[in-house]
Amino acid sequence: MNKQSNTYTIIYASVMVIVVAAVLAFTALTLKPVQQNNIEVDKKSQILNSVKISSTAKDAAELYRKYITESFVVNAKGQKTDGDAFTIDVALQSKLPVAERKLPVFVCTLDNGEKKYILPMYGAGLWGPIWGYVSVDADGNTIYGAYFSHQGETPGLGAEIATTHFSGQYVGKHLFVNGQFKSVAVEKAGQTPSNGAEYVDAISGGTITSKGVQSMMLDCVEPYQDFLKTLK
Amino acid sequence: MLSKKNKEILLGPISKNNPVIVQVLGICSALAVTAKLEPAFVMALSVTVVTAFANVIISMLRNTIPNSIRIIVQLVVVAALVIVVDQILKAYAYEVSKQLSVFVGLIITNCILMGRLEAFALGNGPWESFLDGIGNGLGYGLILVIVAFFRELFGSGTLFGIQVIPQFMYDFGYENNGLMILPPMALITVACVIWVHRLRNKDLQEK
Repeated sequence: MNKQSNTYTIIYASVMVIVVAAVLAFTALTLKPVQQNNIEVDKKSQILNSVKISSTAKDAAELYRKYITESFVVNAKGQKTDGDAFTIDVALQSKLPVAERKLPVFVCTLDNGEKKYILPMYGAGLWGPIWGYVSVDADGNTIYGAYFSHQGETPGLGAEIATTHFSGQYVGKHLFVNGQFKSVAVEKAGQTPSNGAEYVDAISGGTITSKGVQSMMLDCVEPYQDFLKTLK
Repeated sequence: MLSKKNKEILLGPISKNNPVIVQVLGICSALAVTAKLEPAFVMALSVTVVTAFANVIISMLRNTIPNSIRIIVQLVVVAALVIVVDQILKAYAYEVSKQLSVFVGLIITNCILMGRLEAFALGNGPWESFLDGIGNGLGYGLILVIVAFFRELFGSGTLFGIQVIPQFMYDFGYENNGLMILPPMALITVACVIWVHRLRNKDLQEK
């Protein structure tokens, strides 16, 4: 058989492609449930992080069951609507007009019985998406904790948003100033926001990522303002 | 099983014929994933597995592959193996796969792989090719781990994520060197490894 003929080459290529496709499809299908589970566990661990509960891949699901006692979806008017808070794609929702957004809320009940409201956020950093969760006290105003993560910000600069050194600054800040929603700004040391909002220190050398965090929080938490007002 | 020639095939790439520091292949990922030991270790393991099995598969197919689509066949085999490795990491080592992110996919473009397939697997039997793949993977991995060791130690003060530089050093004013985390220092560290390697192997030095 002539191995250099066109027919042989075409048949060879076709068979190879079919075999490889079958192998890959089989791998993807068999591993899919485990991968999906990993993604969910990771999300639960991130949510718990925003209420300062650290978890590992092993105990995240269990801790989540224990502490996150309730989750629901609200609209921009603060009314509860249908939907499963956990599976809502925040990235997709953050691109919709505010009035159409479905806003997930996770309620965490701590050991001492205090309730914290966890709100997801999604925005853009310098190189790619950034996201996070912010937990608010039962007064709907004071921030209890925050968690940020990113896909590919510069290590040592923008990537510092994922450290507790940065996110810890949010603790105790207020989203409302004199009853007006202001979010929490991110400012260079020595500067103050012109609208009177409370602020945290930006990361030196990570200006664009820091500003990304600021606009992410403004953009994603502002639609909750009616909901937060109902908490008081 | 392990004749003298096979031993040379297996161990040669670890020192005298190292793919990274002698042939200067696979530098891209060596710079990118060496900020911490753990991802470097997993990357080394992944590349070793992919190189070894790609070598075996190509070696077994070598007498059937039409010459005109030789490179395409190699690419398909490598790409398929890389996707399988990526899927397995996502399922069983999720944290590490998040850190490695795109670099697992980029194993496909690792020059070591195509280099070994073209230069070795197409002309040798499966067993020799397997050894050659393991040898080159380990040679690559060794450099990754050496570089990651120094970068993690001086950049973060940790090894495998465990704090090794004691707190009193920091109290005396010692600081982690943030530059070690950034890619340029990886290049300089690799260069230092090459320097030491050449000092120890005089026959590698150009006249």
